[in-house]
Amino acid sequence: MEIPMIYYIVLSLVMFFAGVYGFITRKNMLMMLISIELMLNAVDINFAVFNRFLFPEQMEGMIFSIFAIAIAAAETAIAIAIIINIYRHIRNIDADNLDDMKY
Amino acid sequence: MEYTLFILVLPLAMFLLLGLLDSKLKPRVAGILGTLGMTVCTALAYLTAFQFFTQPRNAEGIIPSQVPYNFEWLRFTENLHIDLGIYLDPISVMMLVVITTVSLMVHIYSLGYMHGEKGFQRYYAFLSLFSMSMLGLVVATNIFQMYIFWELVGVSSYLLIGFYYTKPAAIAASKKAFIVTRFADLGFLIGILILSFFTKTFDFVTLTTNPTAIITESAGATFLGCSVASWALALIFMGGAGKSAMFPLHIWLPDAMEGPTPVSALIHAATMVVAGVYLVARLFPVYCVTPEVLDLITTVGAVTALYAAIVACVQTDIKRVLAFSTISQIAFMMVALGVASDTDLHTGLGYMASMFHLFTHAMFKALLFLGAGAIIHAVHSNEMSEMGGLRKYMPITHITFLIACLAIAGIPPFSGFFSKDEILTAVMEKSTFWGIWMTAVAGLTAFYMFRLYFRIFWWKDTDCSHHTPHEAPATMTMPLIFLALVTCVAGFIPFGELVSVNGQPYHIHLNWSVAATSIIVAVCAIALAAWLYMKENKKPTAMANATRTLHTAAYRRFYIDEIYLFVTHKIIFGLICRPIAWFDRHIIDGTMDMFAHVTQWTSARIKGLQSGSIQGYVWILLIGTLLIATITICCCL
Amino acid sequence: MELLPLAQQVIFYLLAIVIVVCSILAVTTRRILRAATYLLFVLLSTAGIYFMLEYTFLGSVQIAVYAGGILVLFVFSILLTSKPGESTDEKGIKHRIMGLIAAIAGVAVCSYALFTYKWPEIAMRDVQSINDIGHALIGMEKFQYLLPFEAVSVLLLACIIGAIMIARKR
Repeated sequence: MEIPMIYYIVLSLVMFFAGVYGFITRKNMLMMLISIELMLNAVDINFAVFNRFLFPEQMEGMIFSIFAIAIAAAETAIAIAIIINIYRHIRNIDADNLDDMKY
Repeated sequence: MEYTLFILVLPLAMFLLLGLLDSKLKPRVAGILGTLGMTVCTALAYLTAFQFFTQPRNAEGIIPSQVPYNFEWLRFTENLHIDLGIYLDPISVMMLVVITTVSLMVHIYSLGYMHGEKGFQRYYAFLSLFSMSMLGLVVATNIFQMYIFWELVGVSSYLLIGFYYTKPAAIAASKKAFIVTRFADLGFLIGILILSFFTKTFDFVTLTTNPTAIITESAGATFLGCSVASWALALIFMGGAGKSAMFPLHIWLPDAMEGPTPVSALIHAATMVVAGVYLVARLFPVYCVTPEVLDLITTVGAVTALYAAIVACVQTDIKRVLAFSTISQIAFMMVALGVASDTDLHTGLGYMASMFHLFTHAMFKALLFLGAGAIIHAVHSNEMSEMGGLRKYMPITHITFLIACLAIAGIPPFSGFFSKDEILTAVMEKSTFWGIWMTAVAGLTAFYMFRLYFRIFWWKDTDCSHHTPHEAPATMTMPLIFLALVTCVAGFIPFGELVSVNGQPYHIHLNWSVAATSIIVAVCAIALAAWLYMKENKKPTAMANATRTLHTAAYRRFYIDEIYLFVTHKIIFGLICRPIAWFDRHIIDGTMDMFAHVTQWTSARIKGLQSGSIQGYVWILLIGTLLIATITICCCL
Repeated sequence: MELLPLAQQVIFYLLAIVIVVCSILAVTTRRILRAATYLLFVLLSTAGIYFMLEYTFLGSVQIAVYAGGILVLFVFSILLTSKPGESTDEKGIKHRIMGLIAAIAGVAVCSYALFTYKWPEIAMRDVQSINDIGHALIGMEKFQYLLPFEAVSVLLLACIIGAIMIARKR
C-alpha cells in the first residue's frame, strides 16, 4: 500500500471531470449516458478509496459502491429503453432535437 | 269587466303566434289572423266603453273608475311595490277605443297597402306587439307599469320604423327615434324615481286622489328655486315631450316617416305620439299642484305648435307635412292641458278639450295618413311635385282626404272644429296672448293642410303618359270611408259628458266669439291656399324667392337637426367623448398593455435561460457550485 | 494478495494512465462504438484499482455488472441506434469551450481542496473477508444491509419490467 491516497483521488477526479466535459459537449444521448457512467464510476472509486484509507475497519463505502453499481445498472437499463423508444419515434437521439414540448 | 284582460292578451298572443311562426304562415293568413285578432279586440274595447260609460254615476255625478285587475308584480319594500293591472277611467277607456279603432283600420288597410311586401308576417306581428304595448300603456294602474309599456311602445316603434331594414335611411330613422325618445325617457325615469321616492307610491289612484297633501307634505324640499315635486313632474313631462315630439325633442318624428305609411298613421300620428299628452292628463291632478310646470307645458306646446306649423308650410314631402302637422296638433293638446286647472269644470275646460282633440285628431290624422298612403301607393312617390290633379283618378281618396283637411282646419261641422274650438276657448280664457298665438297657428294649420290638398288633387292636370294613377283597392278605401264617417260625426259626441277634469258631466257649449274668429281665420287661410295652389302658377315660387332666407330656414326645419348634429358630433363626441376615448385607449388600456408588453418583453428575453437543454443546466449548476466553492476557499484563506 | 511495492507502483501507474487516457478518449472520440470500448477499458481498469485496494469482491462486481452487463447494453443500443462507422456530432466550439472551462475549473478547484486538506494518517489494516461482506449484505443488525439489499433487488426487477415496457414495440 505504498500508493498514497491522494493519487487515487486525483485519478477519480480526472475521470469525473472527463465525464462532465463529455456530458456538456456531446449531443448524442448515448454519449451523455456514457459520460454519466464515467462520473458514477469516479464516485465509486472515491467511496472505495475513502473507505479503504480512512476507515479501514469498516466497509460502508464498499457496500455503498456495490449498491451504486446496482442502481447504475438499473438506471442505464431504463435510460437505454427510453432512448431506443425515442429513436423509434424520431429516428434520432440527439438531445438538441428533443424540443417538441419546449415552450 | 274581467274580459278587459283579453284586450291586452289577444294582441300579445297574436304577436307571439305571428312572430314565432313567421314565414311558416302564408302572408294572407297572417294578415287575416292579425286583423281578426284586432277585430275581437276592438269589439271588446267598444263593449268596455259601452258598459263603462253607461254605468250609473255616483252621488257626485262622477263615473266611478274601476280596477278589474291588479296584482303585485315586484315588491321592493313594505310600501313600495310595482303592480301590473288594468285601470279603467274615462280617459283610459276613451284611449282604448281610439287605439283599437285606429289599429283595426290600419290592420285592414295594410292588407292592401303592404300586399306582396317581404316580411308581411313580421309586419303584422309588430303591429300586434305595438297594439298590445299601447293598450297596456293606457290601462296602466301605476306609473311604473306605464313606464314599462312606454318602453315597449318605443321598441315596437323602432321595429316598425326600421321595417324596411335594407334601406339605410330607415335604419338611421329608427335609431334616431329610439335614441331621442330613450334620452327623453331617461328624464321620465328619473322623474318617476324622484316622485315615488317622495310620495312612496307609484299608484295613479293614490297619487291623484289627494295630490296636494302628498306633494306638499312629502316633497317640500327645494332644488334650484323649484320644489322637488316640480322637478320630478318637469322630468316626467320631458319623457312625455320626447314621445310626443315636443320641441326640441321633435327631431325624430319627421324622420320616422321612413316606416311604412300605415305605421305612420297608427304610431306616429294617432296613438303613440299622444302618449305624452295622455301621461300629462293621467297625472293632471298632480300637475295642478305645480302651476309652474303647467306654464312650462303651455310654453313648450305653443312654441312647438308654431314652429311645426311654419315648417309644415314649406315641406314638399307629403308625409313630412303630415308629420309636422301632427307635431303641431299634439302641441295644441299640450297647450290645452297647460292652461287647464282642476279647480272647477270651467277652468278645467282645457283638460276636456285636450282629450277631445286627442280623440278627433287620432281619427282624422289617421285618415290623412292612410289617404296619403293611398296616394303614395298610386304615384309611387312622396314628393308633391310628382302629384297634382289626382282628384279625377282617386275620387274616394279625394273626398275622404278633403273631409280630413276640413276637419283639421277647423271647419264645422267636422270633428276638428269642435275640439279645436274648445282648445282655443280654454287658451283664450287663460291668456289672451297665447289665445291669439294659437289662433294664428290654427290659421297656419288650415293653410298648410290646404296647400297639401290643392297640390295633391288640383294644381295641374297630370299628363299620365306612362302611368295612370288608380284608386286603391277596397281593403284600403274601406278604412278611409269609415274614418271619414267618424270624422264627420265625432264632433257631435257629447264628449264633455264623458270626459272632464273632475269626472262630472260638462256640457259643451260653443263660444261663438272664439269659434267665429277661428272659422274666419281658417276660411281666409284656405282661400289663400286656394289662390296660391289651385291652378299651376308661379306665385308660390315667387313668394318663396321673396322670402328666401325664411323659406330656406323653414325648409331645413330651422336647422334644429343641424344643431343637434353639431352638439352631438362636435361638442359631445368631439370635446368630451373623444378625449375620454383617447384617455381610455392610451392611458388606461395603455397601462394594461404596458404591463403585458413589459412581461412579454422580459419573458422573451429570459426564456432562453429555460432552454430545456439539460447540458446547459448542468453547466450552470457546475459553474455555480464551483463559484461557491471558490468563494468558500477564498474566505477560509 | 501482497505485491511488491515496485510492482504495485508499476501497476498503479499503468492503470492510472489507461484510466486517464481512456476517459478522455471516451468523451472526445467521434465514433460512439469506440467511446463504448474506451469506457470498457476505463471500467476494467477501475476494477483493477479495486483489486489494488484489496476490494476483490467490489472489483469482481465491477467487472461482472459494469463491464459485463451494462456495457453489453450500451453496445447493443449503439448498434440499434446508429449505423456502423457513423460519427456523432459534437456540439459547437462554444459548447466545447464551455465544457472545457467547466472541467478545468472543476479539476483546479477540487485539486486545490484535495492538496490543501490535511488527511489523517491511519494505520492500514487487512480488509474484511468476503464472508463479512456476505453477512453485512443480508444481516439485519447495525451496519448490515438487508433492507437496502432487498430494495435494490426489487428496484432491479422493476427496472427490468420497466425497460421491457418502454422499449417494446407497440
